[in-house]
Amino acid sequence: MDDNVEISVKNLSLWFGKFQALKNISIAIPKNEVTALIGPSGCGKSTFIKTLDRMNDLVDNVRITGEVIYKGRNILDDDTDVVQLRKEIGMVFQKPNPFPKSIYDNVAYGPRVHGIKDRKALNDIVEGSLRKAALWDEVSDRLNESALRLSGGQQQRLCIARLLAVEPNVLLMDEPASALDPIATSKIEDLLYELKREYTIIIVTHNMQQAARVATHTAFFLLGELIEYASTIDLFERPRDKRTEDYVTGKFG
Amino acid sequence: MAVRTLKRSRIKDAKGTTIELILLLCAVSAVAAIFLIIWFIFSEGLPFVLEAGPQFLTSSIWLPTDSFSDGSWGIFPILVGSLIVTFGAIGIGTPLGVACAVFLAEIAPPAVRRVLVPSINALAGVPSVVYGFFGLVVIVPWIRGQFGGFGTSVFASWVILSIMILPTIISISTDSIRAVPREYKEGSLAMGATQWQTIRSVMIPAASSGIIASVILGMGRAIGETMAVLMVAGNAVSIPNSIFAPVSTLTAQIALEMGYAAGAHRQALFAMGMVLFVVIMILTGLANLASRRRVT
Repeated sequence: MDDNVEISVKNLSLWFGKFQALKNISIAIPKNEVTALIGPSGCGKSTFIKTLDRMNDLVDNVRITGEVIYKGRNILDDDTDVVQLRKEIGMVFQKPNPFPKSIYDNVAYGPRVHGIKDRKALNDIVEGSLRKAALWDEVSDRLNESALRLSGGQQQRLCIARLLAVEPNVLLMDEPASALDPIATSKIEDLLYELKREYTIIIVTHNMQQAARVATHTAFFLLGELIEYASTIDLFERPRDKRTEDYVTGKFG
Repeated sequence: MAVRTLKRSRIKDAKGTTIELILLLCAVSAVAAIFLIIWFIFSEGLPFVLEAGPQFLTSSIWLPTDSFSDGSWGIFPILVGSLIVTFGAIGIGTPLGVACAVFLAEIAPPAVRRVLVPSINALAGVPSVVYGFFGLVVIVPWIRGQFGGFGTSVFASWVILSIMILPTIISISTDSIRAVPREYKEGSLAMGATQWQTIRSVMIPAASSGIIASVILGMGRAIGETMAVLMVAGNAVSIPNSIFAPVSTLTAQIALEMGYAAGAHRQALFAMGMVLFVVIMILTGLANLASRRRVT
């Protein structure tokens, strides 16, 4: 396999009951880049990334066919260690979801469940993760305050810090800025730019400007199909498919 | 189309006011009933407590008679008995109930839940005398056979009471665990936490105020329970020296003696009711305080 490919998806189809939400999708996600998934609501992009860390397991009546190759194995296989998989492929959700604990305990949660007890080590992880998520300067003097008192944008960066603390390889982001104001959004986007040096990032967005700003590659989904996948510049400026062109020029959406 | 007038209608106004008045009356009468009971118990019991002095709570000798000077009025063993019985039942019932709630809310498949939930609710509807009877014919002989003694004991009342408070703890804890936002669970699982870690470190803490509330209500039921305890506790006015020794509680003692008590004895029972009332107020107050401090 190509060394620059982090996750390789082959002929992936997914059904919720009788409804087919993903139709025969094949895509290679490049390592240490930001890949954006765009498309109108209900096109399957969130369902798609939830397949990559097996979060669809939580939904009843799901049937999946095809392959998702990560580290040389099909993670859809029954014998995949889902806990380890989710440690390596972490997810940030659309709505910031900090736990009702202190800022410190939120970030320390992941390392703690993975067995780190040493106070000094935890302190270092918490500080490092908050710095990477560009939140340290805003919260360093109130780590014991409840995370629920932070603003929405700060909460989302806290969720990113919380995820970085478990040292994942891949960050899945499901519309991480859709619930945030423009300033908070631009902070998240700056952060993505920093993070892609160390992590492979897949971001779902229905904001095309955002995709254009942050992503090197962009995939356009429509009604469960992957219509077009190309470098972001090509997809926006030289779309090959008529439907992609209509979407990125704003004819529907 | 006819033009509707915008003028307020006197009749409609009067109807609204009447309904409000009726609702107010209902609310006031419920509150009034509580205050009447409090006033009644205190007016009957307080003079006796003042006459008997602190010895009423600290003395261990309970020899009630119709005239005050002939009797000995110490309820210390009964008070301690009530607390032992209540906290023991809570100690057994809470872990069982919370474990059951976690199972129902997070682990049980829907088909299992459909069977378990109605059965647990049915437990709440069983009259307490039936629990007492069950304790008397099943639990008490079993304890007598296994551990000796009479069988009617602290342990028997723990077993019966902890079963009785289970439906309260389970149903309220289940609801509060299910009310934890789905996002918390997803956030935890998405970081590679196991299901058990997620339940222990995220779900239960997030539901803790509801769980504590369920334990408070269970405690209220345990300390106030009379008939079932009376039937299995043995009702000996002495501090039990083992969990297989008989014990008496405030409620059971009042129920046992009220039928024949007169004069000072009758007043003493009201004073006991007053003490019970104060103990319940203190316990629920403390528990409320604990549940409020947990919420961040």
